[in-house]
Amino acid sequence: MNIFSFDNTFEGLLTLVFDCYQQKRFPDEILSGEGSQNVLFGSAMDITTDEQKAERVWNGIVKRSSEENAHRIYRVFLSGLPNAPMLLVKYMRLMIDSTKNEETNFSEPVVVEVNKLHQKVCREAHRINMFVRFQKTVEGSYYASFAPLYDVLPLCIPHFKDRFADQLWIIYDLKRNYGFLYDLKAVTRVVFDELKVNPQNGQLHNSLLAEDEKLFQQLWKQYYKSICIWERKNPKVHRQFLPKRFWKYLPEKF
Amino acid sequence: MISESSLEKLKILAGAAKYDVSCASSGTKRGNVKGGIGNASAWGICHSFTEDGRCISLMKIMLSNYCIYDCAYCINRKSNDIPRTTFTPAEIAELTIEFYRRNYIEGLFLSSGVLRNPDHTMEQLIGVAKKLRIDHKYNGYIHLKTIPGASQQLIAEAGRWADRLSVNIEIPSENNLKLLAPDKDFRSVLEPMRIISTGILEAKEERKHHRNAPLFSPAGQSTQLIIGATNDTDHTILKLSSALYSRRDLKRVYYSGYIPVNSYDSRLPALNAPPLRREHRLYQADWLLRFYGFRSDEIVNADHPNLDLELDPKVSWALRNPHLFPVDINKADPLMLLRVPGIGTHSIQLILMARKHNRLTSAHLQKMGVVMKRARYFITCNELRSQNVQDLKPEIVRQLLLEKKPVGNDGAFQLKLFHPVMPALKQ
Repeated sequence: MNIFSFDNTFEGLLTLVFDCYQQKRFPDEILSGEGSQNVLFGSAMDITTDEQKAERVWNGIVKRSSEENAHRIYRVFLSGLPNAPMLLVKYMRLMIDSTKNEETNFSEPVVVEVNKLHQKVCREAHRINMFVRFQKTVEGSYYASFAPLYDVLPLCIPHFKDRFADQLWIIYDLKRNYGFLYDLKAVTRVVFDELKVNPQNGQLHNSLLAEDEKLFQQLWKQYYKSICIWERKNPKVHRQFLPKRFWKYLPEKF
Repeated sequence: MISESSLEKLKILAGAAKYDVSCASSGTKRGNVKGGIGNASAWGICHSFTEDGRCISLMKIMLSNYCIYDCAYCINRKSNDIPRTTFTPAEIAELTIEFYRRNYIEGLFLSSGVLRNPDHTMEQLIGVAKKLRIDHKYNGYIHLKTIPGASQQLIAEAGRWADRLSVNIEIPSENNLKLLAPDKDFRSVLEPMRIISTGILEAKEERKHHRNAPLFSPAGQSTQLIIGATNDTDHTILKLSSALYSRRDLKRVYYSGYIPVNSYDSRLPALNAPPLRREHRLYQADWLLRFYGFRSDEIVNADHPNLDLELDPKVSWALRNPHLFPVDINKADPLMLLRVPGIGTHSIQLILMARKHNRLTSAHLQKMGVVMKRARYFITCNELRSQNVQDLKPEIVRQLLLEKKPVGNDGAFQLKLFHPVMPALKQ
């Protein structure tokens, strides 16, 4: 049985594909991250991430299919699901081994599966654009935190950078403990050692809020209540569009 | 200035605007400008959902709920004794910006009761849009309601600042409109629509020659029809929608199930619940008009003036035209695939791509998201043929499809426990 392990980075996964082709052996199982060396039978083949190898695989995918497809693979990788690396290796092999562009071959189960997972990741990224709620701080900057299902924050940054170009903002992923800070010029990745946030609902401590923040939250709650047509109440559809896991972060729902 | 006292105003004026169902923020893609705030995303973004399951994308609000008109179906008619108030343009602009900065909303949807006269009201609405665009350097979405009867000049002005303009027809036939809204007629509604559609066309033409020519209502125009307040049939409604789509180039027609807000008015029907299922079927039919290449007289016509509430309009059409089926998934023309029940535009894209690689079977179709429980009676694919609509007769397929339907939630539709399927099958 061929067992491979890699450092759980996207470049690492691409390197893994490169090494597979070089050694002409392909994984039956892929282990990722630390502590994965403990294998019951035999030993795991440890992959050392190599930027150049990764780039060659990336370019190969672009050549055999399309640039969009390479990005699709990246986004599926961001899902962080335990079965994603194995699925993606199968998908990349399909692309590499065929002379035709296989990305549109929806009669192939791997292609359908990758596309389904891709859709899930994109939806989660879109939900961040939808449900992020900024709180204005005493210093006049805007803060939002969140715990997305997948590691999709990087996908959303261009949108927020363009839209809120004239305000300082921070968007923080509470689950993965990192975030992005925009200082009116550029976006930088930040990690806070000590977070003055209620991890339950992502709310800043009252002392950190701008004077009028509570008023606008209250106005928003009032608006939310007034705009609903109670004769048409439909809790099922409501929960379908606005899943419960978001409620605790939304002023109109908590 | 926005303060604690704005809460009450917001309550009244949002409550007054809620019966307008349009909330789309799509149709414009615009980047931010230097030093400005906001952009418009081509697909639109919803930011929340109310407990009635509708999306909140824009802050939908009325500038004022005072109105000189007395339309029977409207909560804000002048003869109603309700609390009335008005926001100043500055207050609306501030509220929009503050909500926008917190990512609560995608933009502003501004409407108003008619104050003094249509032109005066229209000027007020334009004032808010200008304030946002110029004073606040705001590049987000703005939807302005066009007041029926407003002058051509003001409509042209509104189109320069807004992303979308809309005029509500509300009542789908002229005689019923005259009955329920004595202050309005079709002309006062259709004329602004014509002006807007000409404006949009001219601006588009102009832009072909000058890259920086001003935009005019770049996300197009929309309208709303109230369903179930009059005896108009679905045939009348869809004929009107279809004409609006083809001749006025509308982006959307919204259908709003009538909610009896003025139950004392004897000109209006007494309803226990809003006709939600009919509204849903109309939206499905509307989709068939816009994305599936159907003509309105194929969906409803003089023989079938109303939509089937129990089955979706595409299935109903297919059952009336069994001679066109079954369709071969591996060979059929894309336009014919669009007409197969259970297959949507997304699955068709997948089918068209996939069938270049392989001959497709029902297992493939299922994986691609085709609803096989409906599609199976109307297709053949790369496997042994199963019983289709021609073998089974449309009536039987109808019964089989109905059996699998879940019970609706609006009370207007109840599934019978036992269907007379068995005797029919023995034929």
